This record gives sequence, structure tokens and C-alpha cells, in this order.
Amino acid sequence: MKRKEKSLRADRRNKIKENSLLDRIYDIVNYIILFLYAFICIYPFYYIFINTISNNKISESGGVIFYPKGIHLQNYIDAFRIPGLGQATLVSLSRTVLGTALTVVTAAFLGYMFTRESMFKRKLWYRIVVITMYFNAGIIPWYLTMMNLGLTNNFLGYILPTIISPFYIILTKTYIESTPKEIQEAAECDGAKVLTIFFRIMLPICKPILATVAIFAAVGHWNSFQDTLLLMTQEKYYTLQFLLYRYLQSSQSLSSIVNATAGSSEAMLANAQTQTSIRMTVTIIVALPIILVYPFFQRFFSKGIMLGAVKG
Amino acid sequence: MKFFHDKKKMRGYKEFLYILPFLILVLVFSYYPLYGWIYAFFDYQPPLPFSWDSFVGLKWFKMLFQNKSYAKQTLQVLRNTFAMSGISFFFSWLPMFFAIMLNEVKRTRFRKFVQTATTLPNFISWVLVYSVAFLMMSNTGLFNSVGMGLGILDRPIDFLKSNEHIWFKMWLWLTWKNMGWAAIIYIAAISGIDAELYEAAKVDGANRRQIIRNITLPCLLPTFFVILLLNISNFLNNGMEQYFVFQNSWNREHIQVLDLYVYNLSTSKPPVYSVSTALSMLKSIISVVLLLAANTMSKLLRKESII
Repeated sequence: MKRKEKSLRADRRNKIKENSLLDRIYDIVNYIILFLYAFICIYPFYYIFINTISNNKISESGGVIFYPKGIHLQNYIDAFRIPGLGQATLVSLSRTVLGTALTVVTAAFLGYMFTRESMFKRKLWYRIVVITMYFNAGIIPWYLTMMNLGLTNNFLGYILPTIISPFYIILTKTYIESTPKEIQEAAECDGAKVLTIFFRIMLPICKPILATVAIFAAVGHWNSFQDTLLLMTQEKYYTLQFLLYRYLQSSQSLSSIVNATAGSSEAMLANAQTQTSIRMTVTIIVALPIILVYPFFQRFFSKGIMLGAVKG
Repeated sequence: MKFFHDKKKMRGYKEFLYILPFLILVLVFSYYPLYGWIYAFFDYQPPLPFSWDSFVGLKWFKMLFQNKSYAKQTLQVLRNTFAMSGISFFFSWLPMFFAIMLNEVKRTRFRKFVQTATTLPNFISWVLVYSVAFLMMSNTGLFNSVGMGLGILDRPIDFLKSNEHIWFKMWLWLTWKNMGWAAIIYIAAISGIDAELYEAAKVDGANRRQIIRNITLPCLLPTFFVILLLNISNFLNNGMEQYFVFQNSWNREHIQVLDLYVYNLSTSKPPVYSVSTALSMLKSIISVVLLLAANTMSKLLRKESII
């Protein structure tokens, strides 16, 4: 009897040992795979960045892989001489700021209004807005509409079509519905009007969800490329993304333009612009805003919001 | 009493007036363009005024499938669309798999680091992804300079200017960009699983593999199912941006998906607006039907709708 028990215990101990060995192997493999995956995701940006601040000759010969060599900032100074870059930055920044502000306020307002049961035919309007997520007229009809409205080669062409975004409206509406109704009712008893309640009570309450919406809207505006491609033919309306695309397609002449307008001191010659150096510098300039704010907005992807998004 | 009733009604109308300007915006930018679908039934030449004389009925729709050169193109485009969507569909379990792997990591800082790093590409535009691809994979890129330096390659290979494995390459870039982000839903779902389930399993002596197989995975399946259904309804909507930035004269034959084809038709010389409109109209209708079908399936199987 005792012996049997003993052997059973030993057996179990062996099993646990076996399991822990397997576990450890599994852990190591898991860590390695995850690390490699994370590395693949961020290394390209690191690689491009260290090349933009390295000596352009060494960089051109492929010598900069893990750390920068011959650090200088000439590339970024030269970038000011790239024709159109300043204007494109201005267009990208202003559409992002203006577009995001309008989208966020609209999402908040409509999200709030659609929770007010007293509204005339509320459900119908809500459906009319939400259903637009699921269909699309296509490029040509959309282009012709924009042309008829005079929104081609017009800065407003970036802003007006993006103001209403059903997805963000759903997010804010769901959020407002999850907050206690009593706050609103109390304000109404005190005689507050719809707009007063919206500005004084709803906006402050919705801050967390509006921050999330703002981030998504801003990233969307900053990254938007297709609308420039379809609507804008004049260079003064080009965005950074579109400019980057054009540079990638043809940057032979660009490096000579930049080099021609640069001085000819020795330091500058060593860092004369090449096709690749210009491409890299512009890439970093376009990616930088996102990479800089990215760590700050990570915390907004809380689980509640994401779960709400699954259904939407 | 009647006065009170009217007052309430009045308030309802007033609230409607507040949202009216926004409804007009929706009508103008989302519904009004649908009117443009009539170009699919006319022989529309842009500078000329629009007239009933140019009504051609279903000519363009028939042409897409009957005219020899068009039919060949249509078939090719459909094959590309199905191949690319099919590959993504086949691998749609990957984000879930990644989320489970991440959940097995006990060190919080490492887990946070991996999650932060892998979601970053999602916030980068396709143009930037292409730029990264160019700087890594073109014949002057990192891959070639390292390969040449180590003597693995004897001459540079331009990975972007080739027609080989283009479907798979496009899937790889899509996965690089999206997988970390797609996993967030599963990570959230895992953190929502009742901790008591895990404790009970541990008390019963279940090992890690058993816990994953019998608790984590079954808890994630409903989410996975919803994502799968949404993927089905988006089968034809690959979007054009990715394929637009990656397309060149070497790979056009294999990269042109429906969305890109619609765009390329409308910018070809001479532009074929009517055919392009006919095609995008067909695509929209099929997509809506697919969505409704997916929704019905969800209602039948889960008693819950996805839209």
C-alpha cells in the first residue's frame, strides 16, 4: 500500500518535472518568436532614421545597419529646399487639425442627439446615417459629385466629406448610453436646454471616448492619400503623403535640385543628397508625427472601447 | 393636456432641426453619389452634355463578360481578388494565435513592448509602408546591400519589380501592417475571461496546453467567428491603396484587384467611365448581399446580428 503511494508520488513528480521542462522550452521559443516579430515591426523605422543622420556616403554604400555613423543633420536642413515640401506640410497639418476638430465635435453632438428619445423619428435618422458604412457609390460617381459641388482642387474637399463618420457616432452613442441618465435628467429639471446640456455636461463626460475618436480621426487625416489622388491636380493642395508617393516614383531630379541650391563646402559635399537619402529623409518627416504621438495614445485602446468597436 | 402633448412634440421637432444640417451632409456625400450609377447605363462622354440619346441599357455589363479583351481582364482581376482575399481568409486565425502567444508571456514589460511595437505599423499609411518596402527591398535597399556584403547574393534582386509570388508578398505586407492591431480584439477578449475558470483548471492539474485548448480557445471562438463573417462580407473589398502604391508595370497582371481595376479603368486613356461605374456598381451590390448573408448566418448560429 505504502509502496504504491510512493511510486504514485514519484510518478507525479516526474510528470511535473517533465511539464516544467516543456514549459521552459515553450517559453523560450515563444519569447524568441515574439521578439523577432516586434523587431521586424520597428527595425525598418530605426534603420531609416539612423541612415538619415549618418554620413550620406557611408549610408549610400550600405554601411549603416545598427548604429549611425558620422552623425549630421544636413539631410533635414536640405529637406527645406525640396520644392513643395513646406506647402504640403502646411496642407497636411491644417487638414488634420481642422478635420479632426470637426469630426470629433460632430461625432459627440450626433452621438448625444441620437440618445435623446424625444427626437422626432430618431431611429430612422440614426439608421440613415449608420447604413452609409456599408455601401459606396464607387470612384466615378463620387468624383463627379465632388466636381459638381466644386470640391475638386479645393481645400474643403478634404474636410467636408469626412465630417460625418458613422463609426465614431456609434462609438460615442454607445458610450453615452453607458453613462448614468440621471445627470442629464437632473440638468433638464433645472431647466437646461439641449445645447447647454451638450456643451456643459456631455462634452466633459465623453472626454475619454472623444480622445479615442480624435486619435483615430487625426491618424486617418494625416495618412489619407486617396482623396488627393482623386480630387487634387494643383500642387498647392498636395499633402505630404501624396508628395512622398511622387518622390518615390521619381526622385532622380530631386537630388540634383537640392544639391544645386546647396553650398559647396567640404562638409556639404560629403553629405550631398542622393536619391536614397532624400527618400529616407522625407519618409521620416512623414512618419515622425505618428511615431512621436504613438506611445501617448497607446493607453486609449482600452478594452471597453475595443469591444464596442467589434460590433460596430 | 393637449398643450403639454404639443410641447413635447415641438421639442422633438426642434431636436430634429439641430441634426438636420448633418443629415444634409450625409445625403450629399453618401446618398447623392448613388445617382451617378445611371452612368453605367449610358454612353457617357464627359465633356458632352448628358442626354437620353446615349442610353445603352445593359451594354457595359454585358461587355465586361462577353467582349473578349474585357472578359479576359475581368477574369484576371477576379482571380487576383479571390486569391488575395482567400489567402487573408485562410490565415485569419493568425491574430488570435498571436494574442494567445502574447498572453503566455508573464513579464508585463516585455508583453507591453511587443504589443506597442507590433501595433505601430497599423498607424502608418500605405504610402509609408511602400516607402519602407522600397528602402528595404529594392535593388539599392537594405536587403540587397546586406546580401551582397555577405556574399549570399551575387547581383541585386529588386523584389518590388517582379511578378513572382506577388499575392503572397501582398499578404505579408498586409499582415505586417495589420496583425498587431487585429490581435487587440483578442487580447481584450482574453482579459475578459473569468479568472475562476483558470484557477479551477489549475486546481484540477491541467497543464498550459490543456488550459489554452480547453479554456482560452473556446472563449475566443465567438469573437473569431464574428471577424470571419466580416471578412466574408468584405471579400471583394480589398481597397485600392495598398495595391495602387505597390503596382508597377512588372506586377500589374497579378496585383490588380477589383478596387484597383475600377480606378485604373477610370484613369486609362481614353477613360472608360461607364464601364468602371458599371463594375463598381456590381461590386457594391454583391458586397451588400454578402454582408446580409453573413448577418443572416450570424443570426441563425449565434442569435445575434453583426451589423
